[in-house]
Amino acid sequence: MRKLTLMSCVAAAALLANGAAFANDELIKLSKDPKQWALPTGDYANRRYSELDQINSDNVRNLVPVWSFSTGVLRGHEGGPLVIGDVMYFNTPFPNIVYALDLNHEGRILWKHEPKQDPSVIPVMCCDTVTRGVAYGDGKIFQLQADNTLVALDAKTGAVVWSAKNGDPSKGETGTAAPQVVKDKVLVGISGGEFGVRGSITAYDIKTGKRVWRGYSMGPDSDTLMDPEKTTHLGKPVGPNSGITTWQGDQWKIGGGTTWGWYSFDPELNLIYYGSGNPSTWNPKQRPGDNRWSMTIWARDADTGVAKWVYQMTPHDEWDYDGINEMVLVNQEARKVLVHFDRNGFAYTLDRVTGELLVAEKYDPVVNWATKVDMDKSSPTYGRPLVDKKYSTEANGEDVNSQGICPAALGSKDQQPVTYSPLTGLFYVPANHVCMDYEPFRVSYTAGQPYVGATLSMYPPKGDSHMGLVTAWDAKNGKIVWSNKEMFSVWSGAVATAGNVVFYGTLEGYLKAIDATTGQELYKYKTPSGIIGNVTVYEHKGKEYVAVLSGIGGWAGIGLAAGLTNPTEGLGAVGGYSALSNYTALGGQLTVFALPGK
Amino acid sequence: MRMTSLARALTLAVFCASGGAVLAEPPGDPKAVKKDDTGKYFDAKGNPTFNIGPDGAIDWFTYSGFRRYHAECHVCHGPNGDGGSFAPALKESLKRFDYAEFYGIVVGGKQSSGAGIENVMPAFGENKNVMCYVDDIYAYLRARGNGFPAGRPTSKREDKTPAATEKEDACLAGKG
Repeated sequence: MRKLTLMSCVAAAALLANGAAFANDELIKLSKDPKQWALPTGDYANRRYSELDQINSDNVRNLVPVWSFSTGVLRGHEGGPLVIGDVMYFNTPFPNIVYALDLNHEGRILWKHEPKQDPSVIPVMCCDTVTRGVAYGDGKIFQLQADNTLVALDAKTGAVVWSAKNGDPSKGETGTAAPQVVKDKVLVGISGGEFGVRGSITAYDIKTGKRVWRGYSMGPDSDTLMDPEKTTHLGKPVGPNSGITTWQGDQWKIGGGTTWGWYSFDPELNLIYYGSGNPSTWNPKQRPGDNRWSMTIWARDADTGVAKWVYQMTPHDEWDYDGINEMVLVNQEARKVLVHFDRNGFAYTLDRVTGELLVAEKYDPVVNWATKVDMDKSSPTYGRPLVDKKYSTEANGEDVNSQGICPAALGSKDQQPVTYSPLTGLFYVPANHVCMDYEPFRVSYTAGQPYVGATLSMYPPKGDSHMGLVTAWDAKNGKIVWSNKEMFSVWSGAVATAGNVVFYGTLEGYLKAIDATTGQELYKYKTPSGIIGNVTVYEHKGKEYVAVLSGIGGWAGIGLAAGLTNPTEGLGAVGGYSALSNYTALGGQLTVFALPGK
Repeated sequence: MRMTSLARALTLAVFCASGGAVLAEPPGDPKAVKKDDTGKYFDAKGNPTFNIGPDGAIDWFTYSGFRRYHAECHVCHGPNGDGGSFAPALKESLKRFDYAEFYGIVVGGKQSSGAGIENVMPAFGENKNVMCYVDDIYAYLRARGNGFPAGRPTSKREDKTPAATEKEDACLAGKG
């Protein structure tokens, strides 16, 4: 008896000591179970693919909403729910309520956590008070609040386990991204590129909330966690203090490069991948140089944060083409690659082991700011976009309105994540189809105040009346396979399933299902408000469900909703084209769909 | 004029912050009756306003206000002063209260709540990108409220005067 107890103690101690590895193994296992939706990104590869096939291209037309839930918050609802076992978890825009709903009882509230935050954070959030979801790991739910506090909640009770300050909202440093749990750490990014925030990604200890490492997007090597000899850019060492040398003076200290997108992880390589955003300000004249490492794809060691390789997509940004969009990890034959659909309108395929650039092609033919990305390894401009002078706001200069630039600052795609189906081998891209005029001018920096420096107007490309697309993309060859038009930007994260369907939401509020092979629309249902959330697919008690948050808002809701009311030149030709506000109104709601019957 | 307005506005801002109810005073006739050496126009009450010349040319400040509004304000208040889901349509709001109140809100911020939404406007008093152009933004929004078309102004416009540039530089340098 005594011996047995002792053995149990030893086993328990061993388990505790291995808690770190345990948390990771648990998550890897959970993320491979199609019945659950354990990571904000679906899986560590960011594929957002579900193996479930009960709902398929033959029967999806019969789908019906089976239960719904008001979140009690009206602002823009990005992100999507997690499903762990019998419980669904999600959070709302400011005030960032976290809900745990009981799936055994049609969403009865198991617990609710509403943090107290200073409302002065509301106006320092650039583009609505959004959040992109919560993360799960080690029996805890993690939320990055608007005020940049990272909180760990007991997944069973909602009680606060620990909290950590990730930044200072009075300086414009806010939180919008979903955390990602990797091994024994919680990764979080930071928002505030329009407030002169210097971007960083930070890893916190999953048990204590203690900061383990932080890697900045610019600054000295000790801040960027770069090794001048070993960290590479397009195969070459980056050299000492590369995060300072392409900036004038101290501009890098307010240099932007925020990190509010999604984070991928390759457990075999032990590398995490993400993108950094636009350099501050939007006026390129005020920050000469390449502004490294804004607009960059990063590969960092998950344990130490040290950068293995980087690739800067848009050196010296002149258009606000934030590089924060997700990195999807797939294999092409034996090669491990990373696929990224950037705001700048190019879809990149890179070798994710070495950072070698394999493909960079436009995923919307209207993209015009650059003719192409230079793929010639012997060229002095290798890897750089070849910018068309006509659309260069730098070349045209301050106080000049550069017209007809495609894509708009919203990007050909913003944060709304793509999905990848291993069945078809295709990526499905929820996209914006919008162009802009861009006039940069001088601005001065005040901590905690907007630091923008340009005025923009956005409209559909000439001759088009639609502002959104859903595009099927072949990442190996860099080719569009097919492309569906949508009236408004598609600002909702998509999910592909083994049932050969792709689900996504629209700004008018439709949840849609299309055939993954042909793109044919198979189902739509209008939810109460526009959808900027990401679709979640899960199984409960043997039945497949599709869940999505409605709640118009975000940049799409603010910028486009009002922008469309104007009969400006670009819209003048478009008959019957009216405002988004004629289709939908604010309102946060979760809707869960299933096939009828048992 | 400017000091008087500022003093009035600050008094008002303090008053608002202390929770007092304010009886709003409408801005009155927007017709420009005076132009200063920078090219800025004023109405009969001495408040900034827009001007459209006989040839249809708009004044520099209204154009400048279009630009600054769409850098600093439109994210919440929507393009063209038309309002967004975040904050009210300023082209309408400015019909209800006058320049001094506008100035006070820009300097001191504003909070309100209703219909389940908490609205918070930050204080821009320390922000030169706003405060150096507050009259420009006011003139632009006043123009919008009086039928000036939405979108980028396509009409002719008066040139920026050297005096306006000088004043702008001084303000941005913290001497204005």
